[in-house]
Amino acid sequence: MANRDYSHRLSDMDSSLRKPVSLARRLHLDVPLLVLLLMLACVGLGVLYSASGGDINYVQRQSVFMCLAFLGMFIVAQIPLDFYRRWSIWAYLGGCTLLLGVLLFGTGAKGAQRWLEIGGFRFQPSEMMKLGVPMMVAAFLHQRAQPPALAAVCGALVIVAVPAALIVRQPDLGTAILIAASGLFALYLAGLSWKMIGAAVAALMASTWPIWQWGLRDYQRQRILTLLNPHDDRFGAGWNIFNSKAAIGSGGVYGKGYLQGTQSQLDFLPESHTDFIIAVLAEEWGMRGVLLLLLLYVLVIARGIYISFMAQYLFGRLLAGSITLTFFVYVFVNIGMVTGLLPIVGVPLPMISYGGTSLITLMAGFGILMAVGTERRRVHF
Amino acid sequence: MPHDHRLKDPYTELRLFRNRMLVAIAGVIVLLGVLVARFYNLQIVNYEDYRTQSDENRIQVRPVAPTRGLIYDRNGILLADNRASYNLSIVRERVRDLDATLELIGHLIHLEDSDVAKFRKRMKRRRPFEPVPLRFRLSEDEIAHISVNQFRMPGVSVEAELVRYYPLGELFAHSVGYVGRISERDLNNFTQEDVRRYRGTRSIGKVGLERSYEQRLLGEVGYENVEINARGRVLRVLDREDPKPGVGLTLHLDARLQQVASAALGDRRGAVVAIDVNTGGVLAFVSKPSFDPNLFVTGISFVDYRTLSDSLDVPLFNRVVQGQYPPGSTLKPVMGLGALEAGIISRETKIKDPGFYKLPNDPRIYRDHIRWGHGDKVDLVQAMAQSCDVFFWDMAHRWDIDDMHTIASHFGLGAKTGIDLPTERAGLFPSRHWKRNARGVPWFPGDSLNAVLGQGFVLATPLQLAVMTATIANRGTHYRPQMVKTINGTVQPPERLHNLEAHPNHWDLVFEGMEAVVNRSDGTGKRAGEGLDFRVAGKSGTAQVVGIAQGAQYDSEALLERHRDHALFVAFAPVDKPRIAVAILVENGEAGGKVAAPVAQMLFAEWMSRPYPPVETARDTGLTGRAGNG
Repeated sequence: MANRDYSHRLSDMDSSLRKPVSLARRLHLDVPLLVLLLMLACVGLGVLYSASGGDINYVQRQSVFMCLAFLGMFIVAQIPLDFYRRWSIWAYLGGCTLLLGVLLFGTGAKGAQRWLEIGGFRFQPSEMMKLGVPMMVAAFLHQRAQPPALAAVCGALVIVAVPAALIVRQPDLGTAILIAASGLFALYLAGLSWKMIGAAVAALMASTWPIWQWGLRDYQRQRILTLLNPHDDRFGAGWNIFNSKAAIGSGGVYGKGYLQGTQSQLDFLPESHTDFIIAVLAEEWGMRGVLLLLLLYVLVIARGIYISFMAQYLFGRLLAGSITLTFFVYVFVNIGMVTGLLPIVGVPLPMISYGGTSLITLMAGFGILMAVGTERRRVHF
Repeated sequence: MPHDHRLKDPYTELRLFRNRMLVAIAGVIVLLGVLVARFYNLQIVNYEDYRTQSDENRIQVRPVAPTRGLIYDRNGILLADNRASYNLSIVRERVRDLDATLELIGHLIHLEDSDVAKFRKRMKRRRPFEPVPLRFRLSEDEIAHISVNQFRMPGVSVEAELVRYYPLGELFAHSVGYVGRISERDLNNFTQEDVRRYRGTRSIGKVGLERSYEQRLLGEVGYENVEINARGRVLRVLDREDPKPGVGLTLHLDARLQQVASAALGDRRGAVVAIDVNTGGVLAFVSKPSFDPNLFVTGISFVDYRTLSDSLDVPLFNRVVQGQYPPGSTLKPVMGLGALEAGIISRETKIKDPGFYKLPNDPRIYRDHIRWGHGDKVDLVQAMAQSCDVFFWDMAHRWDIDDMHTIASHFGLGAKTGIDLPTERAGLFPSRHWKRNARGVPWFPGDSLNAVLGQGFVLATPLQLAVMTATIANRGTHYRPQMVKTINGTVQPPERLHNLEAHPNHWDLVFEGMEAVVNRSDGTGKRAGEGLDFRVAGKSGTAQVVGIAQGAQYDSEALLERHRDHALFVAFAPVDKPRIAVAILVENGEAGGKVAAPVAQMLFAEWMSRPYPPVETARDTGLTGRAGNG
């Protein structure tokens, strides 16, 4: 199995002789993606300054996170894809062990255990698994013929199900669904047959009622009810969504002006610097600001899809595609939640929301994307 | 897991991947469309709704209390003022260590344990950014102590609030009245409109003019739109509709005359009313004992209230309009006039007075206050001058009670005077009809003998007696008594209620009789005219507090002080062109001529020293200013 691509090596030598390799490529940086991410980072810091009520400390801390995250991305991008593919099994198994550890020894807040403390370090193993799961699924499918046979599909599903189940137990349904989605995207992109997809969708729809009845906790049911009737309990459960909609809606086309958002500056908007930060942008910059941000996201996604199209091997292709689609899911879920389309789940807005952990994971993902994008070309089409 | 024996085919893989990815891209585009549509819906379609919602969130309408209208006496002396009262408040949120701060404040100014306890109770109900009052009415010294140490106590501040202040204190407590904090009971009586008007206002008129002119004094509440944050803290004022201050009142009352009346009454319990004969304006209005109305403004303490309400002297009782006393012989001029008009008596009528009177077929003996009588030929003038009861008994016996009732009501007896003060009592002048309805028994001839002397069923307030006297002085023109002279600069016209047509000769005779009371050597009210260079007419009266048993000797020494008769005196001056009419009541003063008449003399001396008609002057500042200039 190891020696099946002689031809690739030959052509690889061939191509490297033909074309001088650029500095960016040698540093494994995808310039368009890097530029877009830097733009998003700037937008993020600008909005954060307003969302934190003009508190420069937040901006400074977030800038430090940004720097660390970009550095992390750079490092991640340097590592050859083969390395990830070979080591993904260990990363995956290690991640699962840590998740188990969280359930046994974890610390946390608000009735959920999400953190693990080792030697003074606190970290969330679930963050790690956001990349670990799609990587493992991609590596698993990489070795198998496509479209995946039933057995491969079952294997992939098991790979997805184990960590997802462990995270649900924390409980952190939102993260579990997102992690499961990232694994399933890899499976889907590998060529899962439409029949199976259809069957899965049908099964999901059939289980809606049982899940509502037995699968959800009270606060989760409440969040869904709030989504359907935000006015029922304006000063209670509906407070967040009522005020975020008022903030967004009152922004209109042109917005109230930077630092002039009454909802956000007068503290009517809860979590305005974290999960609900898009409401600040929408209030102060109006719909133009929102469309500009969405455009940046679309360009990032487009670049990610382009990278996945250009990837040399199945592993990189699946991984890049999965990371890109997951990125979109994050954007969609966050904005959907803030605008009242989806129930409230704790998903930050990528690159904009305040917080270091998710940012670093996100940028590590982009690092992998860059590693895929700058992989030595070995095949010509 | 069975092993998959198919070969990997890069082209198939790529095709599959692209295929799937294109579908995913379609999904992404659709979902992005959903998001854009959502923003379009929120920010463009429903923009107005959300704009309103967000404004409602941040903008709060706050009432701004109007300034209460001021009350001046006729010369512009301030009777009811608004003064800044300084309260010490603490904003919990800004205090680092509350206990230490309270202790420090305790070292700087006087702080009762109860202040701290009440403060802690109040604090629980307020939000942490709201100032909570700790001490009210700080003195200048206390403010200074706090200010100097302010830097050591973040969150502690001295706040000003406008509260009512009555500079002349108890002198006007019964006339001007007082305001107090809006009580639960006030709130229960509020209409929807009242609730709106009293937003932001903490006081309401409780007694006196403060109550009767409450609606005008209050003013119109203003509003300001303030921007608040989610916790309700006010950040700035966006715009403001200023409150309209309450209108100012200028009274007919004259502070100087009031002071003279009060001083003349001294420590005695009683009432003094002086009325401007030509307008019905009330010039002096004294009810003694009085109290300090300032005690009530920010809420009277329990101890203070108990002291006032439990006092035997009932200082809170407004004797002028609420005190109903038998008017006694002060009714004689009115009764005399009525009998003249009815033809019961004439100038020539003379009777023999043996010192007592007996009705036919009635064993009861009615005794005159002079046991040996007033002589053999007592006419109306003498009967008034010496207050001969037998003359009037004889007259009453021949006269119909309902006629008596009619003439009395022409002078305002038995009905509310309609003065612009609350809680006025109507007094009583009986009639056949009244007695049958109220007592269920017919009228007896003896009742008429009591009524004509202002006893028995007859009751009148000192104010009614003053109005009666003013109507006599006016020769029948009956004005409604008025406290307020101008409202916001607009003069309130005198209100003529009634004009009694009587023969001029009869008026002359009544005037003659009343003048004789003061000017004849044997008159009972001589002291009312002493040392005056104008002529005074009056009538004394004595009201029995306790009924005297038949045949018993009247022995004032044996009676408790509070069982002694009330002394009354009514008078007007000058006789030829009357300007002022007064009614004086001295509780348990025994003889009207001795105790009450000198009070009238002092009032006349003071009032007649003024130029007439009164010169309208700009508002004076001092109590003595106007009188000194005059």
